[in-house]
Amino acid sequence: MSDNVLNITGIQKNFGGLKVIDDVSMDVRRGSRTALIGPNGAGKTTVFNLLTGVYPIDQGSIVLDGMEISQIPSQDRVIHGMSRSFQNIRLMPHLSTIENVMLGQHARARSLGNLMFPLGMLSKNKWRQEAEDALHNAGIGSYPGEVVANLPYGVQKRIEVVRALVSRPKLLLLDEPAAGLNEVETRQLQELLEQVSQSGVTILVVEHDMHFVRNLCDHVVVLNFGQKIFEGTPEEVHQNPAVLEAYLGREDSQPAKETSDAS
Amino acid sequence: MSGYLESQLIILCLSIIYAYGIFLPAASGQLNLGAAGFITLGAYASGWFNLSDGLGVSMPLSVVMAMLFTGAISFAIAFPILRTRGVYMVLATFAFAEVVSGLTINMEFLGAAAGMPVDDHAAVEIVVIAAIGVTLFSFYFMSTRLGLALRSIHDDESVSVLFGVNVRLAKVAAFTVGGMLMGLGGAMYGHHYNYIEAQAFNVLLSIYILLYVLLGGTQTAWGPLVGAIFFTVVPELIRNLAIEIGSDWLADSRFIFFGAFIVLMMVIRPEGVVTRTMQDRVASALAGRRKDTGETE
Repeated sequence: MSDNVLNITGIQKNFGGLKVIDDVSMDVRRGSRTALIGPNGAGKTTVFNLLTGVYPIDQGSIVLDGMEISQIPSQDRVIHGMSRSFQNIRLMPHLSTIENVMLGQHARARSLGNLMFPLGMLSKNKWRQEAEDALHNAGIGSYPGEVVANLPYGVQKRIEVVRALVSRPKLLLLDEPAAGLNEVETRQLQELLEQVSQSGVTILVVEHDMHFVRNLCDHVVVLNFGQKIFEGTPEEVHQNPAVLEAYLGREDSQPAKETSDAS
Repeated sequence: MSGYLESQLIILCLSIIYAYGIFLPAASGQLNLGAAGFITLGAYASGWFNLSDGLGVSMPLSVVMAMLFTGAISFAIAFPILRTRGVYMVLATFAFAEVVSGLTINMEFLGAAAGMPVDDHAAVEIVVIAAIGVTLFSFYFMSTRLGLALRSIHDDESVSVLFGVNVRLAKVAAFTVGGMLMGLGGAMYGHHYNYIEAQAFNVLLSIYILLYVLLGGTQTAWGPLVGAIFFTVVPELIRNLAIEIGSDWLADSRFIFFGAFIVLMMVIRPEGVVTRTMQDRVASALAGRRKDTGETE
């Protein structure tokens, strides 16, 4: 078993003439909590979409746990051990909490017998029990009799994580899990993710909240304009001039430009 | 049972069977306006298989064969039709029904425009049992993991894909099983009335059945049942009311009120009469009351 759960080598994606992802390579160490950060429009979510097969890659390779997956259809990639949450909540609004979580089990239950198993009719069955337990472990009630559309935002965000987890991924992709959460909800989410990480699941997270990233992650990859500009520990990120420039602009050029304008 | 009630019961049972045939694909968001085509296929297939000039098999066998026949045709056309979406799927299924109608009316061995007599008779009880069976089957079908996948596809197709749902397969399965149910409905129609003509299965029938399903609600298996009962019973109630108060005007114009009522329902409950939330609230209210009475006893 290799040390890396994910190897991305030289992937490239163009939308028309626009290079959205330009020759990005990165590895995700098994058991790590890696963050993928960068300014708006850097291509972070696009990387997730390429990994999960929403878009095909134009060049390069994606190897998940020793297996090349870039040619595998989107619906089959989850079987190989990768699932994700979404930047904007993408729970099924007309399904209950339990049903949303049971959808996450789908990849493990694709045989004819499992497809025709009456999940909804038997109040006690192993799939339903497992979904309830997964919610309980994440500190979420099962909210019987409620469709998820009516639940608080912070709860919905965590249900998305639970739904991704019940597919039993080796690699969990989280797209801005803390966006829009208050302090208490962010802490609850962090506790949940630490628990997930301890159970042996590798986490790759796109996040804007640097405080959250510092607390959770042990490794950071920075993208800007579709290119990788830095890779290192969360502490190093703050010292790196290229990253500071990407986020804040160049410090010394600003006054110089002003003086040249004035003269 | 009086002849009038019996005839209304038959219409109700057939409507329920048809409605579930349209509901199963509609649960995943596919709008099928071709009900008449599938019903025609089922009715003529079972009639001809049963006819002594045809295959001459017994009625139970001819009904099963008609369901398989309609299912096979549904399966075959599912692949091109399910490439279309929304209003284009409505048009494609409508076109399919027109093709079936046009073919049937020109086939001499099926009686052409003169219609076809059907040999064996299905009594009221058989039609009622078929409707109950279809209802129970549909409740089971929607409670399976495949049913869950269909409802997920309805809400968000691309996310369903990312969780491993084979969207194409699920849609084809729902469309095919729905076609089989409508084949059964058609076969029941033919064997009960012992006479079929292609003109009886027109576009108005397709529209009505799709309306049953959409107004009843596509989120739960209660929807088509409520929709079919509502559409069959309410116009008759208004008619009886008109006879009761002796108003010819009301009897003649009942469909104006009915139409206005449909528009009203669409405004008040755009997701259908029975929604998922409503089902859960009723279920928990019933469970609560049961618990209350349990404690007082």
